[in-house]
Amino acid sequence: MSVSRRRFLAAGATAAGAAALAPGLRLVDLATARSPEEAASSLNRWGLLIDADKCADGCRACVDACHTENGVSGHDRPETDPQWIRTVSVSDPQTGHSQQLPVMCQHCEEPPCVDVCPTGASFRRDDGIVLVDKHICIGCRYCMMACPYKARSFIHEQVTDQKPDMPRGKGTVESCTLCVHRVDRGDTQTACAEACAKEGHRAILFGDLNDADSEISRELKAHGGIQLRADLHLNTGVRYRGLS
Amino acid sequence: MFSLRALTLTMVLAGLATTAAGDVPRPEVKAYKGETCVEETGFMRRNHMELILHQRDETMHRGIRTTKHSLKECIECHADPQTRSVLGENGFCQSCHSYAAVSIDCFSCHTPKAREQSAAVEKRP
Repeated sequence: MSVSRRRFLAAGATAAGAAALAPGLRLVDLATARSPEEAASSLNRWGLLIDADKCADGCRACVDACHTENGVSGHDRPETDPQWIRTVSVSDPQTGHSQQLPVMCQHCEEPPCVDVCPTGASFRRDDGIVLVDKHICIGCRYCMMACPYKARSFIHEQVTDQKPDMPRGKGTVESCTLCVHRVDRGDTQTACAEACAKEGHRAILFGDLNDADSEISRELKAHGGIQLRADLHLNTGVRYRGLS
Repeated sequence: MFSLRALTLTMVLAGLATTAAGDVPRPEVKAYKGETCVEETGFMRRNHMELILHQRDETMHRGIRTTKHSLKECIECHADPQTRSVLGENGFCQSCHSYAAVSIDCFSCHTPKAREQSAAVEKRP
């Protein structure tokens, strides 16, 4: 009941925002960058479109770029080291076809991690970015169990040399922030998308799903895209293409 | 009994006298960059924690990244140019917090260091 009401209102707000007064003239310009004092708004919904066909086998440019951008480092202990984005290889035993794709927080509209969080630390921002407020995270890790994409990591050890834009500390949970510091700055690329384009693959596309004129929306409209575990009806902000 | 009271009073008065004389050790807080802070110094001494707590929620939940009351900008101005940090013996935050015996939680997650010179000039377009 509440979901359908919320969806209805959100759809209404988007329609109102996109209402064109005349060709090329809008009531609210969806694509312009916010000023620093302006809050994130539901007029935007940030997301990624990942083309698995373009993702090159063995390439880890997106993973490395993400971890450099956000100061994520490990201790050579793969079981417990944090990973905000990882490459997953899938293969079809019948045809022998195998491919690689990056998986990170899917920035769900109905995030299970937010549902289970006992303190409200796990939350979804108005523009669709799912985050952990580490100030109020108690490290219970319910969200890690609830996430169907295994997107979250727990920081087991003392952290030093964090990036000024990305505070990280022992005893809290973290995951992909969709480079929220870049989004707030008005950048049009996440670190992973930028690195992928630099490698010449262009397998990751970042953009505003609510802006019909954005490249990601046009691509999705023209060629479609699927959600991982679409059966869970989470309406993810990260969409995939080329999975077979 | 009376003599004990008199003795106590004398000790208290003596104590006040030394305070007035300036014998109490004061923290040596170096503010480093800039002539004035974003608010009046007395106000900042009493209320800086309220300002950064408010800004914390605004930034985290609403994506508002104004620089006036942000912890990142505190660090930019007040970092020791030698260590680039607000912690350490001459660190702006630590020198006063050690004196007042108040622990700082900020830096268990936030970096106490100012940005590298090359990154510092990178600003919003």
